[in-house]
Amino acid sequence: MVIIRDILKDQKKGIAALLVLIGLLPFLIQDNNFRHVMIMFVLFAALGQAWNIITGYAGQTSFGHAAFFGIGAYASTVLLWKFDVSPWIGMLVGGLIASLVACVVSYPCFKLSGHYFAIATLAIGEIMLQLFVSWEYVEGATGIMLPIKEKGLWNMQFHPANKLPYFYIIYLLFVLIVSIAYIIERSKMGFYLKAIRENPDAAMAIGIDTTKYKLYAMAVSAFLTAIVGSFYAQYVMYIDPFMVFALRISMQIVLLTVLGGLGNIFGPIIGSAILIFMSQYTRIILGGTGKGIDLILFGLLVVVMACYQPNGIVGLFRKFVAKRRREVGVHGAADVAG
Amino acid sequence: MIEQVAVSGLLMGLIYALVAVGLSLTWGVLDIINFAHGEYLMLSMYTAFWLYTLFNMDPYLSLPLAALLIFVIGYLNYKIVIKKVIDAPGLTALLATFGLSLLFRNLAQFFWTPNIRFISNTVVTDKKIELGSVVLGMPQLVAAIGSIIMVFVIYHFITKTKIGKAIQATAQDKNTARLMGINTEKIYALTLAIAGAAAGIAGSFMSTFYPVYPESGMMYGLLGFVIVALGGFGNIIGALYGGIIIGLAEAFGAYFLGTQFKYAVVFLIYLVVIQFKPRGLFGW
Amino acid sequence: MVQPMLQVDGVTMKFGSLVANNRVTFHVNKGEIVGLIGPNGAGKTTLFNCISGFYTPTEGRVVFRGTDITGMKPHLICRLGLTRTFQIVKPLKEMTVKENVMTGAFLHVNTRREAEESADEILEMTHLEDKRDQLAGSLTIADKKRLEVARALATRPDMLMLDEPMAGLNQTEVKEVMELCVSLKENGLTLMIVEHIMEGIMPIADRVVVLNAGEKIAEDVPEVVVNDENVIKAYLGERYHAQSKKS
Repeated sequence: MVIIRDILKDQKKGIAALLVLIGLLPFLIQDNNFRHVMIMFVLFAALGQAWNIITGYAGQTSFGHAAFFGIGAYASTVLLWKFDVSPWIGMLVGGLIASLVACVVSYPCFKLSGHYFAIATLAIGEIMLQLFVSWEYVEGATGIMLPIKEKGLWNMQFHPANKLPYFYIIYLLFVLIVSIAYIIERSKMGFYLKAIRENPDAAMAIGIDTTKYKLYAMAVSAFLTAIVGSFYAQYVMYIDPFMVFALRISMQIVLLTVLGGLGNIFGPIIGSAILIFMSQYTRIILGGTGKGIDLILFGLLVVVMACYQPNGIVGLFRKFVAKRRREVGVHGAADVAG
Repeated sequence: MIEQVAVSGLLMGLIYALVAVGLSLTWGVLDIINFAHGEYLMLSMYTAFWLYTLFNMDPYLSLPLAALLIFVIGYLNYKIVIKKVIDAPGLTALLATFGLSLLFRNLAQFFWTPNIRFISNTVVTDKKIELGSVVLGMPQLVAAIGSIIMVFVIYHFITKTKIGKAIQATAQDKNTARLMGINTEKIYALTLAIAGAAAGIAGSFMSTFYPVYPESGMMYGLLGFVIVALGGFGNIIGALYGGIIIGLAEAFGAYFLGTQFKYAVVFLIYLVVIQFKPRGLFGW
Repeated sequence: MVQPMLQVDGVTMKFGSLVANNRVTFHVNKGEIVGLIGPNGAGKTTLFNCISGFYTPTEGRVVFRGTDITGMKPHLICRLGLTRTFQIVKPLKEMTVKENVMTGAFLHVNTRREAEESADEILEMTHLEDKRDQLAGSLTIADKKRLEVARALATRPDMLMLDEPMAGLNQTEVKEVMELCVSLKENGLTLMIVEHIMEGIMPIADRVVVLNAGEKIAEDVPEVVVNDENVIKAYLGERYHAQSKKS
């Protein structure tokens, strides 16, 4: 208990420990299925972290992040398929396009109040879906089979039976995203975003250009979401608009992050763990597609969380720790400030 | 040809309006966007389907039952879930209702399978009316007329009855309403129940010509948001106009650009309108 | 003639047909404490909002240190050296006291360390240093008001606009705020303060501007304003004033 408390007090240590654990597991456990699950877990945790930047820190709720995921997936795939460009470069291109689209599209929406903004992002996500379904250049609804290239890091393709390299790539991206989120959180931008989230008027009154910073947050969030999308395309080797632009994906990102705890680095990790492991193991227990039991459970969990603990599991933990601390304080040397 | 498109769009728009009215009331009175509203529609469609399949009940006959059932579901929704998130920041409430939506859809899939069902033999199936060059399907026509009647019934209720005025008062300022002796708790529950019933009625109508499956309500829920945003939340007549506009937009969008674009057109309209009128075309 | 630090020129603010401010004109000189008083609903906070960029005046001009800031966005006005606080305090509740002040400090610095240093100074100046790690949401109202001022100070303003900094405080706390304002003035800051608590503002103000029903009805030193007929009428009402004249 003390160790865990120490770890949480020093976020840096805690994150590092967790990252090391996540990184080692697929190496130690040789089961391919497990590795696949770990890949999906890390992938969604990464998406949650990226989303956290605009929603958790800046307070602008986005229900359309699948748009950026899809842009990333399609950008790198099309570049690979039609121009033989390495997915690593394709990833960066996808990220930049996503950033640009994010800024252009969200700028006119920032003046909208919470609910309206959220629905606007939803609308944008759906429009993206429809656009790609009808766009012949990218094969529309039929989707694109990624061309098989020479195996290796440059093409980000490996023998499909060997999931380990795929894991370490998404793991790398994940570590990158977590680091960026951490750096932002502690920097001027992080302070400004949190101020914007808490109280936009107060933020403006102390010199914060709220629009500029929201755009920064949006750009970063979109970029990071897109590069994960590129990875996804490389991993599954086939994409179509319904796979990558679906509202379902946007909402999964939202739900897992809020379940874990919004605006907190541990949140998306915990949320993704619940989402992915639950879906995986209900399938194992019930066979087949699990008949959607995992989603029933997930839906139930979301409702319960929203009703009783909107700060997510991290919030639950914090309450618990605060309670323990108060108990200790009563019996031990009282140290009540001010 | 154009007239056909316009009339079809108008008919669907009226049905959308009924769906949106419930959402608009919920939004206006409780300040909550009910993501599960589309699922009310879906549940009532299934109700109609099962009563038809098991007891050979025509959907028009089972309509009151469906309406009552969803009325109760709406009420329970409030008491069990919505009540707890009503004072929470916006995102929390959105998530609670989205969780409900997820729950309902997957429970439906679990119990009734994802297979698409049809009610294939009602009193109006396959019947048509011809007005000049326009052909109207009977099920759609009845549904549209029924919907607009219901919208006006609800409008009358809200504006002319005592309870309706209490609802309006609560929507405008819940604290003052409380001070005036209005039991806002009951009002909230009633509003959600009415919203459910409205969706329930719309669902029964739609089951006469629309396929029934677990995800059938989702799109209508989404369109509902757009309509409410256009019409201004809490504004019933606004929801009516909004519904008609969206019904027409969808129909014309499909006609001129192709069916795959029809929803994109609707969402684009939303994005454009709120730029200039952030509170909707007729918003408070 | 030295240019005033702030010049408000014929500012009118209309909301539809409601005239909240009607051709208000006054100025604030460098190094002064100017009080802005008036009965409830006189338009004081509206005027504040017009000056600080939260509203754009329907008519009129606001000039700060020679620059026309009419209708400029609030964050730009803050950058120019004019910072305001809010009547209903807006602490960043999920952050600590120190982090709140740091957020203000970031206007002039870019690194965390510099912001911390700047914040530490301000916390000492405003006597908040022993509460630095407390969550802003858990402070008493007096401390929240103090934090509001501290955060504003962190933006290194040339002029500070305080909106009812003494409301809701007890006598001792009011005295503390008065002392703070005077010491800020002594450090070279210019202050404009909206206040209701006469014992708090009159003793420290160099000049006082009085608003009533959206219009300026007096602008002078406190002693003169206190005896101004129109001011007394505005606060106590026509009838009372007439009665008190009779007796």
